[in-house]
Amino acid sequence: MDLIAELEAEQVAALGKDIPDFKAGDTIRVGYKVTEGTRTRVQNYEGVCIARKNGDGIAGSFTVRKISFGEGVERVFPLHSTNIESIEVVRRGRVRRAKLYYLRARRGKSARIAEDTTYKPKSGAEA
Amino acid sequence: MLRSGVIAKKVGMTRLFMEDGKQIPVTVLQLDKLQVVAQRTAETDGYTAVQLGAGTAKVKRVSAPMRGHYAKSKVEPKRKLAEFRVDPDNLIGVGEEIIADHYFEGQFVDVTGTSIGKGFAGAMKRHNFGGLRASHGVSISHRSHGSTGQCQDPGRVFKGKKMAGHMGAARVTTQNLQVVKTDTDRGLIMVKGAVPGSKGGWVTIKDAVKKPFPENAILPAALKSASDEAAKAAEEAAAAAEAEAKAAEEAAAAEEAALKEAEAQIEAEKKEGEE
Repeated sequence: MDLIAELEAEQVAALGKDIPDFKAGDTIRVGYKVTEGTRTRVQNYEGVCIARKNGDGIAGSFTVRKISFGEGVERVFPLHSTNIESIEVVRRGRVRRAKLYYLRARRGKSARIAEDTTYKPKSGAEA
Repeated sequence: MLRSGVIAKKVGMTRLFMEDGKQIPVTVLQLDKLQVVAQRTAETDGYTAVQLGAGTAKVKRVSAPMRGHYAKSKVEPKRKLAEFRVDPDNLIGVGEEIIADHYFEGQFVDVTGTSIGKGFAGAMKRHNFGGLRASHGVSISHRSHGSTGQCQDPGRVFKGKKMAGHMGAARVTTQNLQVVKTDTDRGLIMVKGAVPGSKGGWVTIKDAVKKPFPENAILPAALKSASDEAAKAAEEAAAAAEAEAKAAEEAAAAEEAALKEAEAQIEAEKKEGEE
């Protein structure tokens, strides 16, 4: 393992985030810390994960899309951000792509994702 | 106060997550067996500086004169040598090793390296020219630099005209980079932002010239010998404290034993008296 990978692994371990096993197509709820003045509270953001980038490493991120007041909204979260309080998987989706950018052009019925009823947690990983 | 800089190897870039949710892009620089190889003094050279060496070179690949140079200062052959001008008070002894504590978190530094070579590059890439139009009669020369000057008067292209040519592989200094973290055990210095050169390339780090000299900078340099000595002193102090504690414990134990013995004696005497 080269030094950079070592440093990143150390940092991931030090941050000690409990990241569930999720992929594009899953509906997830992200608890994101919001600071208003001096007060900090946790805001939930729920939507479909349409992309995961750069793996599980320190540089990893994921995009969550939801329809808010009739308008599509996408947010990109760094996987290991200290601002993320929690990530919860609400529903497992069955999709055939890693990046669901086609959802941007769809609305309503055609933007639905079938539920994955045969989901099995990865061996070794607890989900 | 001019103090020595350091030679470091660029390991690569990563990011650090801060408590407040901020991410900081950092370049990891590593000090690899950084030692003082020679001194330049006013009497012999007319200026004061230290020559530092970093990395390790195979002895068979080092030229005979350089072997002599290293032998004179009793250090292993180095991969990279560089001189740093210092004040006469800040000269460092030959053979001393500099550690990553040399810079502290939050300090500003200048990093000098050799930029990545781009080969022969056009004016658009090399000097950020705009190029010519995509249409309206322009043919073939969409990325050309256009006109290079006037007409018969002056009848020549001025010197220094920005044109296509070799780009990169030049000495570049990035100023005022902030030190985010240092790791003495592994000799790492993490600097915010990018530094010139490719991974595995050598760079030199100096205190920022455009910032006031930091007050808590270690003079003449953060040396391994000094840190070892401090560690040794701390260890000795700890050992002494431990020994003292042990001695006190032993004394207490001895006292207790003596007390017990005395009690036993008294009891025995009592028994004797009864008999």
